[in-house]
Amino acid sequence: MILVFVEHEAGVPLATSLESLTLGRRLSKVMGLPLHASVAGDGARGVAGALGAYGASAVHAVEDPRIADYAPTAWARALAQVAEAGDARVALAAATDRGSEVMAHVAAIAGLPLAASCVAVAAGDPFVVTRQRFGGSLLEDARIDAGLKLLTVAPYAVPPEEVEPAVEPEIRTVAPDLMEGDLRVRLTGREAADDGRVSLSDARVVVGGGRGVGSADGFRSLEELAGLLGGAVGVSRAVTSLGWRPHAEQVGQTGARIAPDLYIACGISGAIQHMVGCKGAKRILAINTDAEAPIMAKADYAVVGDLRGVLAAVIEEIRRLGSS
Amino acid sequence: MSAPPKEANVVVIGAGIVGNCMAYQLALHGWKDIVLLDKGPLPNPGGSTGHASNFIFLVDHSKEMTDFTLDSVRQYEELGVFTRSGGIEVARTTERVQELKRRLASSRSWGIESELLSPDQVKELVPYVAADVILGGFHTPGVGVVDSLRAGTLMREKAQELGALTVVAGTEIVGIDVDGGHARGVRTREGDIRAETVVIACGIWSPRIARMAGASIPLTPAVHQMISVGPVPLFATTVGEIEYPIVRDMDTNMYERQHGGDLEVGSYAHRPILLDPDEIPSIEEAALSPTELPFTQEDFDLQMEQALELVPDILGDERVGIRYAINGLLSLTPDGAPILGETPEVKGLWSAAAIWIKEAPGIARTVAEWMTDGTPEIDPHGSDIARFYDHQRTAAHVRSRSAEGFNKTYGIVHPMEQWSSNRDVRLSPFNARERELGAVFFEAAGWERPYWYGSNEELLGEFGERVMPRDGEWESRWWSPVINAEHLAMRDHAGLVDLSAFTIFDVTGPGAPAFLQRVAVAQMDVPVGRVVYTSLLNAAGGIRADLTIMRLRPDAFRVVTGGHSGMVDRKWLIDHLPADGSAQLHDATSAWCTVGVWGPRARDVVGSVTDDDVSNEGFPFATCRPVTLGTVRALASRISYVGELGWEIYAPIEQGARLWDLLWEAGRPHGLVPVGIGAYAVTGRLEKSYRAHGNELDLEHDLVEAGMARPSVKDEDFVGRDAYLKQRSQEPIRRLCTLTVDDPTSSTGVKRYMMGREPIITGDGAPVLDAKGRRSYVTSAGSGPSLGAHLLMSYLPSEIATPGRKLAVEYFGERYPVTVAVAGSTPVFDPENARMKG
Amino acid sequence: MEVVVCVKRVPATAGKITLTEDEVDTKFLSFAVSPHEECAVEEAVRLVEAHGGSSTVLTLGPAEAADQLRDALAMGIGEAVLLETDGTEWDAVATARAISDAVSARREQGRGLDLLLFGNESADTGDFQVGVRVAHALDLPCVTGVKALQIADGRAVAKRQVGSGWEVFEVDLPAVLTIKEGINLPRYPSVPGRLRAKKKEIERIVPERRPAGPERLRLHLPPEQERGVQILGTGPEAAPKVVEILREIGVMAQ
Repeated sequence: MILVFVEHEAGVPLATSLESLTLGRRLSKVMGLPLHASVAGDGARGVAGALGAYGASAVHAVEDPRIADYAPTAWARALAQVAEAGDARVALAAATDRGSEVMAHVAAIAGLPLAASCVAVAAGDPFVVTRQRFGGSLLEDARIDAGLKLLTVAPYAVPPEEVEPAVEPEIRTVAPDLMEGDLRVRLTGREAADDGRVSLSDARVVVGGGRGVGSADGFRSLEELAGLLGGAVGVSRAVTSLGWRPHAEQVGQTGARIAPDLYIACGISGAIQHMVGCKGAKRILAINTDAEAPIMAKADYAVVGDLRGVLAAVIEEIRRLGSS
Repeated sequence: MSAPPKEANVVVIGAGIVGNCMAYQLALHGWKDIVLLDKGPLPNPGGSTGHASNFIFLVDHSKEMTDFTLDSVRQYEELGVFTRSGGIEVARTTERVQELKRRLASSRSWGIESELLSPDQVKELVPYVAADVILGGFHTPGVGVVDSLRAGTLMREKAQELGALTVVAGTEIVGIDVDGGHARGVRTREGDIRAETVVIACGIWSPRIARMAGASIPLTPAVHQMISVGPVPLFATTVGEIEYPIVRDMDTNMYERQHGGDLEVGSYAHRPILLDPDEIPSIEEAALSPTELPFTQEDFDLQMEQALELVPDILGDERVGIRYAINGLLSLTPDGAPILGETPEVKGLWSAAAIWIKEAPGIARTVAEWMTDGTPEIDPHGSDIARFYDHQRTAAHVRSRSAEGFNKTYGIVHPMEQWSSNRDVRLSPFNARERELGAVFFEAAGWERPYWYGSNEELLGEFGERVMPRDGEWESRWWSPVINAEHLAMRDHAGLVDLSAFTIFDVTGPGAPAFLQRVAVAQMDVPVGRVVYTSLLNAAGGIRADLTIMRLRPDAFRVVTGGHSGMVDRKWLIDHLPADGSAQLHDATSAWCTVGVWGPRARDVVGSVTDDDVSNEGFPFATCRPVTLGTVRALASRISYVGELGWEIYAPIEQGARLWDLLWEAGRPHGLVPVGIGAYAVTGRLEKSYRAHGNELDLEHDLVEAGMARPSVKDEDFVGRDAYLKQRSQEPIRRLCTLTVDDPTSSTGVKRYMMGREPIITGDGAPVLDAKGRRSYVTSAGSGPSLGAHLLMSYLPSEIATPGRKLAVEYFGERYPVTVAVAGSTPVFDPENARMKG
Repeated sequence: MEVVVCVKRVPATAGKITLTEDEVDTKFLSFAVSPHEECAVEEAVRLVEAHGGSSTVLTLGPAEAADQLRDALAMGIGEAVLLETDGTEWDAVATARAISDAVSARREQGRGLDLLLFGNESADTGDFQVGVRVAHALDLPCVTGVKALQIADGRAVAKRQVGSGWEVFEVDLPAVLTIKEGINLPRYPSVPGRLRAKKKEIERIVPERRPAGPERLRLHLPPEQERGVQILGTGPEAAPKVVEILREIGVMAQ
């Protein structure tokens, strides 16, 4: 069989797992093997129905009260046992935090190689995967020779496809044979995000200001926006050199390096030395008067226009939505 | 920014500090339709400007470079991007303490405020310096830092406000069109631009861009290592980019300067790391930028320890981290000077390369003036791209000399210091003989020239104290008392001088007489066989060249100029050749060797090996003619740069050795000695008050000031005639004088001898300024053995340019009394020229 | 507290990757460890600063990987071990085996071990598994993706970030942790740190390479993607669009 480890949140499968399932189904076709899914954790059984739409003919629901919450080694042990019992040829999971972790444990338990972050598979002889290196800026073709091929699937590489008609998966309960050490690592608690001041390195949003902010005073609106978004203010070297802001706020080669979900670059030209400091940002929104500034080529979103006006309008809009 | 236009008056390639300054200056000088191109983004396209440490020290021993720098600071200040911080060069060795005194003298010569500091005074200004590792400092309050990227942006904006500039970023040059030896346009990835004038301001990429046009810009990219450490607790409360003076740790070839919350530490001490211009990464390939290469820690280890010694409070602080470290690329040239001017290969193609932040605006103004009407205010002759000989453009030469020069960046460089790499490139046919005579060779334009001969040491006993022995360590470097002994022996008997380093052009064709008449100040309509010494001027009446011209036939002339200026003069002459092709210039340097025979016995020597008439009547002064010496058919020219009877003898190069042997054997009974360039170009020349191009003669001085105005001006038009006539109609503000040092004895009882570039001051130490505020300084200095005095030349304000006037010269921090011996061109030795003309 | 931190020398790519025939062209590149590993090194230094003990940095790589060990030493790590290879790429199985052998050998020599730190994944091959494999080989508990860590009473409380909150794991020491960037802000090495690092001895061991796969066939570049910028508008009128994007990305407070 082809075995896919499916993650879920309260009984709803994650989109990334559906991608893996889609890749699994392609492999099952090429290799002429049934497609099974394995699900662990609270509500595992409830996921089964949704997986039929993606061609899973059987769903192995791991049920053990000791590991109803996440326990990576134990979940991996269960998955390895399902694979072994069903003589799986391929076992795969999404290359998420959990998927990667569980598959790494499966690989260690089984003593087999694991190909991480695959984007394509040619299931012939040899069995060749294409996988990401350097976060996807480079690809590698590699062959796997093991009897059970283990792989994780890079997110967004395989768009999920439903089957017509959906199949009704057979639900098989799995009671894993756990070893003592398997229970050493278990999720023991959850915490909400901390409150209080956000540091540059932790901030999910950084509002960055450059020379284009115009003056030390001009940073008030940046602070206000950062406050509204629970973020922090960062600045370019030009700004600290001008004495507008403390050196501690400098982002760039000689300042802090940041990796927020969003970097809002206000009046920043986009000098290389600054950009290396915020290259970890997942998204960049640039606000600049000059549509041709280098920052515009490096940003995902851009607003062209005078900074003061744009910021004031954005702050007002956020407040309006917040009070409505 | 926009797409490239189809046409432009001038395309400036490269939008680093140099390109921006060029675009701005061209706009100020009235150019329209200027296009500024760069392959990278703005304001930092990724060249050396983007990672420069951006500080400006003012004092250089070169007047040309200092003038460029002073003009640059003025421009930066006007733009409001200059922050004055002061700068201190510190000394760790006693030798450096002496060098700082020399720097103080240079700062006085060029009129820059500066002072020497004790270690404690240094620490007062820069509290983080360890006073116990230094012996003193040289403080220049006018030193500062500039925001070079901001400067560039402002200059672009100003040029755009003038309606003169189109900026095209993100557009790479792929070719330069050349037709008929003239630039016609550039090709870019986004389209072609027609333009008759193209400026290459591409820094380290310049060689690559020039090659597209078939021209050469001989520089090499080289690594300069820099680290930035922070956050420095001391700087936490400072405002702005810099509050503390920049420190140059001269003896370790390093600098330390505040940059916001960081301290930047840069080094010129590591091994020279040169790159091939073709090896520079592209913008996409580079991790940071094409000119910021990965730091190589092992090259910096020693420097780190040395920096820690000087700045222990900051660098020894465990909380202060190394936040940025690069191998930054900058441009090095084989002689350390920038590369400016129109390329000799392609008309309309200009170079503005190998320029640092500190001098870019001043240089750009100079180049823009040069491009506009050919009359720059500051003479850029030391930086002229035309100065290079072919061998000096080879990659091997550029690499070896650049590498050798790199570690001298902060070095104590003696004015006579010789290069050690890539020597023996051009050898005269006399070279083997000269080696046998123990010649000590100095290089000129690649030629190996004997500066003095070891074999003449035996003369020292004969002349005793008359050779003016030197006890001062500095002035006895690259010098020997034998030079003065050779001088005296030549004046007593005769000397044989190898002059093969002359650059020789044959100018021929029906248009040759008119052509030379048009470029020379002197009357060129002279009989065949006449030798004319003349200046060439530019349109503003600045002195462009100084050379001799022999009329060999009615339509054939031989132009002889010095090796140093040979290639620059060549371009000047070629640029002025008649468009109709009626005159041609042929470089005959490699065909002829030259030997000079001078002294009271010269006629006896030459006469003994020729049947030709060498009597004064038969072969008068300032004439030339073919002579037969044994089996050698040669050209003899009766002139002299040392003020003695004698000839320059030009022979086919392969017969040179035979000619030498012939003269040598014939001369021995007459007391002939081999004489080096030390006596020829310094002592002999100075005793005769002869001016040298590059020392006394340049674009910033005119013939009237130099005392070289002739009694009358020829009727025929020539380049610079109008300006020359105007100069003659006015009283000169300053006049070139020859001075004698009254007493060279220092406070410690050592006789000290100036080398040149020292400030002339009044007896009580005040600077000597002319009506335009220009300071007087020593243009040439050397022994006058026949006079028993040390000689100086200097332009002095006319009101004090009178014989007998008492003044002083500053040398290594001490004041020496001097007296004006001659104002004008009258020789101090043999003022009637009786010896030469006898 | 005895901490061993494992790092990997990788080319520091920032611009476009270019390939030689079969390798990443490193002509213009420097080498570094991944940001995760840099944080792991910092965490190790801080743990020893807080709890006493000693720290060791370990890498498997070519002789040049000593540079990365010295970088860690300069940040304050006490000792360095180089499992020296001939520069050939090692797969995750072989790497994990060599590391666990080396760590076992140290323990047999009586060296203590409380924490064995890794980066969450290497910057180049991104295998996400060496730490886990080593944990199995040494029979130690392993938490991956750790972005917050507290050590007390022989136990580690390790947290990983999920969405807007945290998952908490508690394990007994000794343990293996793989660290994620963001757990701390790594220090820059100081000048004295650099100079100390230069003088330190590096222990060299030459492990035997036993490849297990996957076997690399070739490297190639993904088709180029234009990262087009989306212009949201001009001036204040763009504000509603901006806020829409803020919600889409999920950074609006409500």
